[in-house]
Amino acid sequence: MDIAGDFLPPTIEWFALSPYIALVAGALILLLGSLTPQWPRGWYGLVSATSAGVAGVLSVLQFANLADELPRTLVKGALAHDRFGLLALIAICVAVVFTSMTTVDADTSDSLEHFALLLTAALGAAIMVTANDLVVSFLGIETLSLSLYVLAASDRRRSASQEAGLKYFILGGFASAFLLYGIALVYGTTGQTSISGIGSTLAGEVSVPRNDAMLLAGVALLLVGFGFKVSLVPFHSWTPDVYHGAPTHVTGFMASLGKVAAIVALVRLFVVAFPTRADDWRPAVFALAVLTLLVGSVLAIVQRDVKRMLAYSSISHAGFMMVGLEAAGRIGSSSASDGVSSALVYVVLYSVLAVGSFAAVSVVSQHASDVTSTSEGQSTTSLDAFNGVAKTNPVFALGFTVLLLAQAGVPLTSGFVAKFGVIRAAVSTESYVLAVLAMVSAVIAAYLYLRIMVSMWLSVPASGEATSALAPKLSLPLRVTLVSAVAITLVLGVLPTWLLDVSDSLALFAR
Amino acid sequence: MVDFVWLVPFLPLIGGVVLMVFGSRIGEPRAGWLATLVTATSFLVTVAVYFDLLGMPSEERSHVVTLFQWIPVGALQIDFALLADPLSITMALFVTGIGSLIHLYAIGYMHGDPKFSKFFLYLNLFVFSMLMLVLGENLLVTFLGWEGVGACSYFLISFWHTRNSAAVAGKKAFVTNRIGDWGVMTAMFVAFSAVGSVSYKAINDAAHEGAMSQTAISAIAILLFVGACGKSAQLPLYFWLPDAMEGPTPVSALIHAATMVTAGVFLMTRVGPVLAESYGWVPDTIAIVGAATALFAASIAVAQHDIKRVLAYSTVSQLGFMFLAIGSGAYVAAIFHMVTHAFFKALLFLGSGSVIHGMHHEQDMRKMGALRTAMPVTAFTFIIGWLAIAGVPPFAGFWSKDEILLYVYADNRLLYAIGMLAALLTAYYMTRQVIMVFFGEARWHDAASEHGAHGDFRPHESPKVMLIPLMVLAVLSVVGGAMQLPFSKDLHFLEHWLEPVVEEAERSISGTWAYDNKYVLLLAAIVVAAAGIALALAVYARRRLPAIEPKALENAWWYDATVARLVGGPGAATFRGITRFDSQVVDGAVNGAAALARGVGSQVRRSQSGFVRAYAVILSLGTVVLLAWFVWRGWLAS
Repeated sequence: MDIAGDFLPPTIEWFALSPYIALVAGALILLLGSLTPQWPRGWYGLVSATSAGVAGVLSVLQFANLADELPRTLVKGALAHDRFGLLALIAICVAVVFTSMTTVDADTSDSLEHFALLLTAALGAAIMVTANDLVVSFLGIETLSLSLYVLAASDRRRSASQEAGLKYFILGGFASAFLLYGIALVYGTTGQTSISGIGSTLAGEVSVPRNDAMLLAGVALLLVGFGFKVSLVPFHSWTPDVYHGAPTHVTGFMASLGKVAAIVALVRLFVVAFPTRADDWRPAVFALAVLTLLVGSVLAIVQRDVKRMLAYSSISHAGFMMVGLEAAGRIGSSSASDGVSSALVYVVLYSVLAVGSFAAVSVVSQHASDVTSTSEGQSTTSLDAFNGVAKTNPVFALGFTVLLLAQAGVPLTSGFVAKFGVIRAAVSTESYVLAVLAMVSAVIAAYLYLRIMVSMWLSVPASGEATSALAPKLSLPLRVTLVSAVAITLVLGVLPTWLLDVSDSLALFAR
Repeated sequence: MVDFVWLVPFLPLIGGVVLMVFGSRIGEPRAGWLATLVTATSFLVTVAVYFDLLGMPSEERSHVVTLFQWIPVGALQIDFALLADPLSITMALFVTGIGSLIHLYAIGYMHGDPKFSKFFLYLNLFVFSMLMLVLGENLLVTFLGWEGVGACSYFLISFWHTRNSAAVAGKKAFVTNRIGDWGVMTAMFVAFSAVGSVSYKAINDAAHEGAMSQTAISAIAILLFVGACGKSAQLPLYFWLPDAMEGPTPVSALIHAATMVTAGVFLMTRVGPVLAESYGWVPDTIAIVGAATALFAASIAVAQHDIKRVLAYSTVSQLGFMFLAIGSGAYVAAIFHMVTHAFFKALLFLGSGSVIHGMHHEQDMRKMGALRTAMPVTAFTFIIGWLAIAGVPPFAGFWSKDEILLYVYADNRLLYAIGMLAALLTAYYMTRQVIMVFFGEARWHDAASEHGAHGDFRPHESPKVMLIPLMVLAVLSVVGGAMQLPFSKDLHFLEHWLEPVVEEAERSISGTWAYDNKYVLLLAAIVVAAAGIALALAVYARRRLPAIEPKALENAWWYDATVARLVGGPGAATFRGITRFDSQVVDGAVNGAAALARGVGSQVRRSQSGFVRAYAVILSLGTVVLLAWFVWRGWLAS
């Protein structure tokens, strides 16, 4: 027929799409499970961990394949197939595997919805990090966000969890509206939604009359939308409340996966689509980075609750990633690509630290709620709950300490590699002010990690005598998670060679 | 064989590691035998390497053995490499050779010490570090050994750390040496920035070919000399060495007489071309410091009563002679004297240790006397050592000291006069010591009661393990001079051997008055030695003249006390001031910043009210500001 003759179906590279398929398949298997009686404990987690693990391995294979293939787009330009997105995809899969393992042990009921939501959230994140089209990207954002809203509210016994879910939902809706309006304005000026297409259109429009005010208004709204997801100051206000209220393992999941997805999408959008407008957005990114760095670290140190502390610290980390984006905005500089790769490396390394740290917090808070079940209302994640943990369980405390040191950016940990990368990018693009502010902020934030360490190692436990009977108990999946996170942190901290070797190829975008 | 030179330091390291792990299980005396065995094996390997080198043409006698790439960082490429050449092998020969003898001796001396095996662990580690120092192909490997010997020296000085004086002496040696280490490190930095390498060959070649500015060359030379002053106990950093005598006597012999303290002389010889190309005042400074130290320390030795302190000041004085030689361009003579000095000073120290051992740890010479009958072997060997150091022909010390003075005469006659005076004093105080210890009347009967001996306190001769090293060293002290006899060019064995290393720097004195009339100078040296001995005999044996031992000399010109008071008084006050500055101003700034951060945080925190409407307002305000910025930019563009 005529119609069939005109319609050219897109060539679909099924293998390149296999990670997404693996994630969807896992979610579908779990949802089909709702038709069957309750599965034995741990099986739901096994399914989600396995499908994320398969997706991760497939991503690693494709990452390796791209060593001798050029980056390209998939499905008629809807998705980008490049190392930049794939490294983020690997980090997402790792975060899902870790979170599945910590969730198995969590206090919330062993429900299949929970794990299915982890996988759909991962799917949304996976689409965000590789989307080469604003509409596809928006689909990813919504898939991710809706899953996270539900996950945040999933602890039905705690009103704080309900409140967190609702707050996140309302404010997230706000941000989505801004984002969508931004997409509309950009489409209005350039006539397309493809990210690489926008880039080439804007690069080629020398003689065309420019309507920059409208375009840049769109850019501003896009920055707001993504800035909300990344929790940049002043779009961060939801972060402490939601991180605090959500179940702890969900918080770790949001901090790692949400941040990876949003940062990677933001960097791709700005560097691929708007390099010609870098002079306009770079000062805004600069201002956001400064605010985020300082507010994040200063507010972190006055908190008394460890989850809130880590929430503010995640804001401060987002500021560091913005330092990388700011460097990437120096388009003329030869080091601009360092900015791109350093921001990516930072968020990938942070995602491991975040999952590990929040898993450690969940261990302590679980323990605290077991011990002091009578005193209702008192938070089980206050700093006091960490007093003397090192005396009852020194190995666990040591592992947590390594993760905290890494977050503080101490050398020989992955956190140092991350911080060094963005600061070096800032210095080599001559953004000295930002480099100095980032280092100052790192120093301020170090105080917060030290407070937790001091509490663990030097303070006396609240319950008085420290006996091993009172030690927090760690199940096998939790142990595996913590040990793996610590191992990744130390190995990449001591031998960052591999990361540094691939970092050049990370900045090659599919266009 | 030369490729196996790495075995030389490696064997003592193995010994040290074995003793570290199994030391207490091996126990006494096997730990001592093990340590002695590895050092002796290392000596044999060195001898093999020596003959290997000897079989090669002289210009090929320099072998670099690279073990691994140590520091490959950008332009900084440092290999962990050893250099086997005549100089390093000469050093390694006497370090391992004398080291083995002293190990053997220590088996007897340390008998019954509760930390017996630990002592040998330190000794082995010391030998390893010392060998790294002399065999290093570049400044950094040498510096590794340099720090290693410093640390081992510190452990060994304060080996009996329950004695307060030993602990204090160890600390003093350590702190003083840090000043010298600063010099070596800074020299290394300068060399790297000027040459781009820290290997000796690169530095020496750059200096010789003029690839470096003369200022850089002089800076490297003078900074290394600062390091050498610390390690080799020269003015003004000498004062740790006499206190280092708190350590066990084998330590004094090995580290503080024969090997470690000569590291500075070795380093100066190693960078001879750098010294030769630096500004004229650099060698002059070295010569003046050496001469001043030689005289100063000899004058102090005249009035000491502790048997080991006499020898300690004597060591400082002899090291001064070596630096005098370096400053006068007589590198071969400096190495020559270093080797002979290692023989006779090790002999004297071990002899004094034997005396102390026999006297039940009495070190005051005023409580000795007439010991030659009680310990004949010790007395006989000690007397040989005395003749060697006093400069009596044909003993070893005579030839080497004469060689130095010959070059000094050609260089500067005032320094020659000072050297002669120091030589006179040397003969004097050594004669005094021999008379006080081995001749005259026995004064140890009075001392018997102090030691709680049961009325029959008698000094006794030491066991065989201690006497054999004494005899070997005595023989060497007699014949050591044969290495380099002045009579004919054919007899300059050491000079021919060292020629490839020192040819660029060695000063030529042929044709000067001193060279043509060297027998006159030889005679003068004999006269001076004889005068010193005669004077001491007149004072202490015949008692014709009153003993001149003024308090000023006994207290070492109050130099040590003055330094102590300066460091303890104004010095400590300065450091307290700095601490106060640090705690109040620097910490205050840091604490202030922290307080500020907390204060601001507490204020801003109020905005985090928990109400969604408030958050929405913040979000919207932020959006408005961002929008305003971008729209303004867009409006400007269009």
